[in-house]
Amino acid sequence: MEEYPLLPAVVQGALSEVMQVGSKVQPFSAESVSKAPRIRDAQVVKSVCPYCAVGCGLNVYVKDGRVLDIEGNLDSPISHGTLCPKGSATFQYTVNASRVTSALYRAPYATAWQTVSLNWAMEQIAQRVKQTRDETFVTHLPDGREVNHTQGIASLGGATLDVEENYLIKKLFNGGLGMVSIENQARI
Amino acid sequence: MPGLGTSFGRGGATTFPQDLVNSDAILIMGSNMAEAHPVAFANVVKAKERGAKVIHVDPHFSRTSALANLFIPTRAGSDIVFLGALIHYLLENHAYFHDYVLSYTNAATLLREDFRDTEDLDGLFSGYDPDTESYPDQGSWDYQRDQAGQPVIDLTLQHPRCVFQVLKRHFARYTPEMVEEVCGVSREDWLKVAQTLAANSGRERTSAICYAVGWTQQSKGVQIIRAAAILQMLLGNMGRPGGGIMALRGHASIQGSTDVPTLYDLLGGYMPQPAALLPKQGTTHHSTPMATEGAHPKAHVGPSQQTLQEYIQANGSKTGWWSNLPAYIRSFLQAWYGEAANVENGEQAYRWIPKITGDHSHLVTSYTMLDGKVKGYFLLGQNPAAGSTNAKMQREALKQLDWMVVRDLYEVESAAFWHHGVEPVDPTTVKTEVFLLPAAASTEKEGCFTNTQRLIQWRDKAIDPPGDARSDLWFIYHLGKRLKELYASSADPKDRPLQALQWDYEHPASQAQWRIKDEPDDLLILKEINGYYVKSSEHPEEVYNLHNAPHVASFPALKADGSTACGSWIYSGVYPTAENNRAAARNPEGYTFQGWGFAWPANRRILYNRASADPDGKPWSERKKYIWWDSEEKKWTGFDTPDFPLNKPPDYIPQPGALGMDAHSGRDPFLMKPDGKAWLFVPKGLKDGPLPTHYEAVEAPLKNALYRQQSNPTALYFRDRTDNKLVQLGDKHYPIVVTTYRLTEHHVSGPMSRWMPWLNALQPALFAELSPELAAERGIRHGGWLTISTPRGEIEARALVTRRMTPLRAGGRTVHQIGLPFHWGFQGKSRGSITNDLAHMVLEPNVSIEEAKAFLCEIRAGRLP
Repeated sequence: MEEYPLLPAVVQGALSEVMQVGSKVQPFSAESVSKAPRIRDAQVVKSVCPYCAVGCGLNVYVKDGRVLDIEGNLDSPISHGTLCPKGSATFQYTVNASRVTSALYRAPYATAWQTVSLNWAMEQIAQRVKQTRDETFVTHLPDGREVNHTQGIASLGGATLDVEENYLIKKLFNGGLGMVSIENQARI
Repeated sequence: MPGLGTSFGRGGATTFPQDLVNSDAILIMGSNMAEAHPVAFANVVKAKERGAKVIHVDPHFSRTSALANLFIPTRAGSDIVFLGALIHYLLENHAYFHDYVLSYTNAATLLREDFRDTEDLDGLFSGYDPDTESYPDQGSWDYQRDQAGQPVIDLTLQHPRCVFQVLKRHFARYTPEMVEEVCGVSREDWLKVAQTLAANSGRERTSAICYAVGWTQQSKGVQIIRAAAILQMLLGNMGRPGGGIMALRGHASIQGSTDVPTLYDLLGGYMPQPAALLPKQGTTHHSTPMATEGAHPKAHVGPSQQTLQEYIQANGSKTGWWSNLPAYIRSFLQAWYGEAANVENGEQAYRWIPKITGDHSHLVTSYTMLDGKVKGYFLLGQNPAAGSTNAKMQREALKQLDWMVVRDLYEVESAAFWHHGVEPVDPTTVKTEVFLLPAAASTEKEGCFTNTQRLIQWRDKAIDPPGDARSDLWFIYHLGKRLKELYASSADPKDRPLQALQWDYEHPASQAQWRIKDEPDDLLILKEINGYYVKSSEHPEEVYNLHNAPHVASFPALKADGSTACGSWIYSGVYPTAENNRAAARNPEGYTFQGWGFAWPANRRILYNRASADPDGKPWSERKKYIWWDSEEKKWTGFDTPDFPLNKPPDYIPQPGALGMDAHSGRDPFLMKPDGKAWLFVPKGLKDGPLPTHYEAVEAPLKNALYRQQSNPTALYFRDRTDNKLVQLGDKHYPIVVTTYRLTEHHVSGPMSRWMPWLNALQPALFAELSPELAAERGIRHGGWLTISTPRGEIEARALVTRRMTPLRAGGRTVHQIGLPFHWGFQGKSRGSITNDLAHMVLEPNVSIEEAKAFLCEIRAGRLP
């Protein structure tokens, strides 16, 4: 089962056939006939609901680089097109005027955010990581055992992120930097 | 999820929600499935329409209760008594599935003579050390072993030291009278549950159990899940259609973030993080149990894991599936460090992996943060300032940081704590430097979520994220690139792991259709997680890199010789060839829809499904057939991927001294376990005991009626922290039990819902549910305000006076309980008190989870001052 963007055209075709049989009355105005859903020619992108862990299927309707609507995916054997109130509202989660769209920076003891460039923020963060890591890295315990870690930097979050994102977080923070407190929502 | 892992072998739900339609009875406990997992609950409703009996046991009447055949209100924190009495009932009435229990569990295995049960020690097991409040020596919990090290068995189940008999004695005091006394449930209601489960299990019928954080967020959460596991083993429901234990998880990829993982104590695929543990310190004279470097320098805990060989020795197994650990860890090192992992057969790369020295979990780390020992913090889509227990303390901890990075879609509480809060905040006193970087939404990046049934599902990217918003993949990748540059010229040995880290995920193709051109190639990372060949098997001189390497087809191909790389062995098979991303497979056909996504491991939808056939390999019944032995084809076959060596016949008997999978007979379905059996009794792997035992919640209105030991003796109490005050037993100032829960219309602490007018219109404000009796006692009016207080904090909420909360008669008195959602905070478009300001921070010993589902409070009419 799949949404057919052309369905209204098919309906129109059937209607015009009916009209040719004997009747001269046109019950639909030209405006009505030309009307069609907004998503008619939209690209349908397959996605998965970002809320709870049931994993309901989403259809994301995209036209001209904008998301028009997000609906349940009828194909999904998990959800068969149904969604709960949160899943149904995914559109507003993603298309929302309250979203932060620039990097923001708050200096120590400052009273306001300042907007900064993403590049500047990334460079500053890399510098902070290096400095804190270098100051707090421990190679060996006093008893001689090797640990190669830092407890000076911690990380929290992952259960709302992708599998691949979680993988890279652990790989860089643990395997590269030696951070040990790398955690997510599994414990709350 | 060590409750399921130690019982059956793997820490994941054993079945899938769509199979619940095949259940004859469904017990939902510790979950409001209709409201927290509504679309999965549709399967429960379908099962009911097909005649299944649905039972809901919960402190709070909800839509789940409304649609159940039977709802039983119970006292929060008493689950093990309810379940223990069911176990007792099955054993006493010979209502267990004898053939299943005898063949597929460790019921027949003998325990050591020096093992002492809670029966003998009034609520403690042998090996307890009161000074450290732990079981540092668990040797007495082991099996009796013969000279070859094999467990000693009594197939008659009559030996007094066999697990079956120990189980009988252990649960003897979990009687219907105790259910009335402790749970506040009438024996008639409880008996209906016992009879329903017994009547709907066996050869012809199966029952399922569904749970969620109503069980895990308790100071003995793992042992509650263990009790459910024992129940399902005795009923013979594991590995069978309509059976199993459905763990309902709460975030889109929380299973994935446990599998891959972003957890301190695990590497990919449930391999333990290497440890150099410091001893747990005595509870009377320390500030935090967080291991402090330099303390007790001579005392070691556990076997040494300083070398790869020692790590394998400590964590592998000679028999069963974990005998493959050498191949998995070596392939993992190869995925992280590439060619450098070949030095000294992987020993050098292993030494680079950071060693844990204690409990570095989220909540324990927040104490060290409060003490100023954590300098920098990354928050990647998590909001502890409102979403973690004792949230007020969490906000204070953030103020002790030097710097932090918050990545989210909105300015959540954890990004705003320095200028705004529940209490007035003066920014000029807060030193923390904060970077708030906008994140991409799930529709603005491609990648996989792993859902509650271990199903990995791929999402395509719909559009670019707005402005400077980027995926977390982009953030980590580019941060890694910058750090590698900063450290490129270092000659310090501590920087070599970062220099050697394999970090090339550049997109091979042009990103013409997207505005953001430097997004890393997600598929390359999925390939690394799946596994790839480092060398050609035919031409070893031919060496590959991630970009040009052939994919590994599945985990049996992984090798311990450095010829394969794999980031998480259990995901191996998700991307077996360059053309076949099985996470993106979208064929919904068939009972187990094997062509839709990929369920780890090996696309199995029901785990341990060898147990759906009898010991001879025949289905237990035609009605419940699932996987069986095809004696003509000489292989296992059925509706799913068999969870068993495909060609091992049911009559296979291992040679004495056999190793690896050869050590398991053709009748041992739990192949992750060294003995191939499901564990009624857990001889190894849990910190608080081999059998579930009832302890009261840390804050409870009643004395423990079963043992002198009041609450979990191994919980992490942090007794001398002044910022985590607890209600003592008998304190009349806090007589009311609180249990917390989700609403359908909001998500956790609200970062994904409270900025959305649609959802706020449906569920505009925090409320508390309380019974008409309690409301009358305290003069609280329906729709009016009430204030809720604990020693940690005070909040206000609207009163929902309702019969959905029932006063219970337990311990000879009336126990009042209130229900409290926890979705609000001081940011967003809908604001309200933070429920987590009330909760304490005593943690479960195995998983360091807080107890948000049962604690004590007081209430009064009116608002906060």
